[in-house]
Amino acid sequence: MALPVAFFAVFFAWPVAAIVARGLDVDGGWRFGRLWDVLTEPGIRHVLWFTTWQALASTGLTLLLALPAAYVLGRFAFPGRQLLRAVVTVPFVLPTVVAGTAFLALLGRGGLLDELWGVRLDTTVWAILLAHVFFNYAVVVRTVGGLWAQLDPRQEEAARMLGASPLQAWRRVTLPALAPAVAAAALMVFLFTFTSFGVVQILGGPRFSTLEVEIYRQTSEIFDLSTAAVLTLIQFAAVGAILAVHAWTVRRRETALRLVDPAVTARRPRGAGQWALLAGVLGTVAVLILLPLAVLVQRSLDAPGFAYYEALTRADGGTFLVPPIEAIGNSLEYALAATAIAVVVGALAAAALTRRDAGRFVRGFDALLMLPLGVSAVTVGFGFLIALDEPPLDLRASWILVPLAQALVGVPFVVRTMLPVLRAVDVRLREAAAVLGASPWRVWREVDLPMVRRALLVAAGFAFAVSLGEFGATVFIARPDNPTLPVAVARLLGRPGDLNYGQAMALSTILMVVCAVALLVLERLRTDRTGEF
Amino acid sequence: MSITKQAAIVAVGLGLVALSACGSSDGDRASGGDTRTVTLVSHNSWAVSKDVLAAFEKQSGYQVRVLEDGDAGQAVNKAILTKDNPQGDVFFGVDNTLLSRALDNDLFQPYEPKGSDRVLPEYRADGDEHRVTPVDTGDICVNYDKAYFSEHRLAPPDSLDDLIKPAYKDLLVTENPATSSPGLGFLLGTAAQYGDDGWTGYWKKLKANGVKVVDGWEQAYNEEFSGSAGGRKAGADRPLVVSYASSPPAEVIYADPRPETAPTGVAEGTCFRQVEYAGLLSNARNPEGGKALLDFMLTRTFQDDMPLNMFVYPVTGDARIPEEFAQYGPQAKDPRTMDPAKIAANRDDWVKSWTSLVLK
Repeated sequence: MALPVAFFAVFFAWPVAAIVARGLDVDGGWRFGRLWDVLTEPGIRHVLWFTTWQALASTGLTLLLALPAAYVLGRFAFPGRQLLRAVVTVPFVLPTVVAGTAFLALLGRGGLLDELWGVRLDTTVWAILLAHVFFNYAVVVRTVGGLWAQLDPRQEEAARMLGASPLQAWRRVTLPALAPAVAAAALMVFLFTFTSFGVVQILGGPRFSTLEVEIYRQTSEIFDLSTAAVLTLIQFAAVGAILAVHAWTVRRRETALRLVDPAVTARRPRGAGQWALLAGVLGTVAVLILLPLAVLVQRSLDAPGFAYYEALTRADGGTFLVPPIEAIGNSLEYALAATAIAVVVGALAAAALTRRDAGRFVRGFDALLMLPLGVSAVTVGFGFLIALDEPPLDLRASWILVPLAQALVGVPFVVRTMLPVLRAVDVRLREAAAVLGASPWRVWREVDLPMVRRALLVAAGFAFAVSLGEFGATVFIARPDNPTLPVAVARLLGRPGDLNYGQAMALSTILMVVCAVALLVLERLRTDRTGEF
Repeated sequence: MSITKQAAIVAVGLGLVALSACGSSDGDRASGGDTRTVTLVSHNSWAVSKDVLAAFEKQSGYQVRVLEDGDAGQAVNKAILTKDNPQGDVFFGVDNTLLSRALDNDLFQPYEPKGSDRVLPEYRADGDEHRVTPVDTGDICVNYDKAYFSEHRLAPPDSLDDLIKPAYKDLLVTENPATSSPGLGFLLGTAAQYGDDGWTGYWKKLKANGVKVVDGWEQAYNEEFSGSAGGRKAGADRPLVVSYASSPPAEVIYADPRPETAPTGVAEGTCFRQVEYAGLLSNARNPEGGKALLDFMLTRTFQDDMPLNMFVYPVTGDARIPEEFAQYGPQAKDPRTMDPAKIAANRDDWVKSWTSLVLK
């Protein structure tokens, strides 16, 4: 317990507190009056309103489009199911700069929709909503689908035997079992879209601004730290509330459901209705997820031969001191380090959270660990600058800063994956082993480890994929000689010229493939109780 | 599951931890008491040829470490935040739109590098205090897509006044001055030309003439502008974009095969001049190394090397302009400029008024 708490305090709480304090503390006096000033600014009120309603709309739309897919992936057996699960998860780990570019190519001028029907959605709110669905589709599919696959169909059958109609059986048996999972997924999507940054910046145009974008602007462009501090506090409060509700639904979900092996429940689709549903889901995935990804691939190949890919292997001395291709190696190194940190911290936290004598405080810590997901990277980054500037913790120029920041985002995923599995380990097994004279270490080794091994691997894989695509923290890489993939893409897009644009597309494609492969490997390692974000 | 397998997994886990704990590449150590290393803090457009930098290291005996701290505005803000305990010795990349913010916050200490006398007078700033040194300059100008204008038999615009004529309706895309430095430069250019009160009237007309605004340069240039490589692929339909005078040369240099002429041109009467400065940070740990680095930035070697790396113009009178620049992206003859103090005094208000005028 001590390590996760220390990690969280030093690398998250302290930097954030430092930067917020810097913003509110002017000439030795705390200016809480600023709170009121900022809140009553019409511009800020507009931002708050937009942030909230677009998150609600995005969440609704995501549920609408992803729930059928959750059912199909949870309950149907068909060839390519694993591939499909991996494919829908790719967007979730893609850097927003890449996805934003793909969506512009699709919805913007001269994009596919424009060519087919003359429809242009960029700089409309629709572009933002669709991109949010693209990113968060996997959250719903994995969270709800994972549980759906494991619900014992015999319970519904028993209800039918007792005379319930199919609808009644579903409403009385399946729905209550699924509801907490749906709620948890919805809250997660709401959290991600409420704090959306890259999507809104790239696709929304200047007329739309979320709280997160506004914090970034106030900190980095206008340099009004006190306004930024107030906005950070507001976002904190909102995110805290969302997480509190989320934690509550998660606990409700961990009530004793009878779960079975997903392999038992999956059947081939039967009847026209089920086949139509499957076709519909595949169609949605094709349009919503494969199409934007395909646009990137197509543009990366839009030169004779593999010219863009070849260009990646040359250093031009300008933007890059090293060939851009080296960014792949850098990214993998950072991601490995971040994964190691996240797995150690996350697993320890999860272990502490499952102890039966865990008090209220510890359970609260569970939700706290999720906070980094909802705090803007720019706040944490600027906080790092002023908080971690004294030896032995002067990490400002150190490469370790990046994996640390990425691990902050990875830890919640590790905890989410480990927790249900650890909680499902029957306490009596441990007690029996202890009674028979096993040391605590041996109990853990003989009882827990075999059960959580796969969960650990899945958690590690997730943390790995998340850090590969993570862009916010990598902005602090102050080392031009080792850019990561997303940073390299952003740099290439930031320069005029055909070769630069093409290389950006080629690197994005490579990143996508790396993520997809990592996720496919994960699919092979599915645990018995996954799917809790 | 066998014990060996378990052991293997534990070992891999421990190995990962070890890997993350060590493996720090050389040069990562903060240059606490190390006077052989000089650290340059910059924004992410910093670029120099390897051999040029190596030559400086050899001749001066200092190792150069470069830290890139985000875009120009972000890098300046970070430097101000950490000025009591700076991350480096020299800061490069504060431009005339941000200069006052840096100076008012005492970011720099005075130092006049060797060779300052060769800097052309129009680029000098900060009078006799010498807290900053001009390093490079560039013009923010409207670029036009040559193909579009020859196809439509229309003369490309050449001045800010042209942009509000009906002939150019719905053709221009620009950036949000709140989030983009070319966008801000363009706004300041209009304020310099039409005066403190006149620019709002101009923007009303520009809005009526269908100007499109996006957040960042990347999107404006790569997605909306029909003359750029990305724009051509995206079928973009805005043949006018606010970019840099050095963008057309880049379109030539980064095309394979190289075209005979640049696909884009510069509307020379629309330019606003940007100058980038460097300075010795107030609490630099290695001031001597910092001074040597600043001297180096004004040498001919560096000034000659800079243009094709950063797509900017040199500031010293004796530097050589690359042929591609002279041919495809000549410097504007009479760009707009504005006093940094005036920019600092008005910038936030102007951006606010611009936002409610153009975006609402």
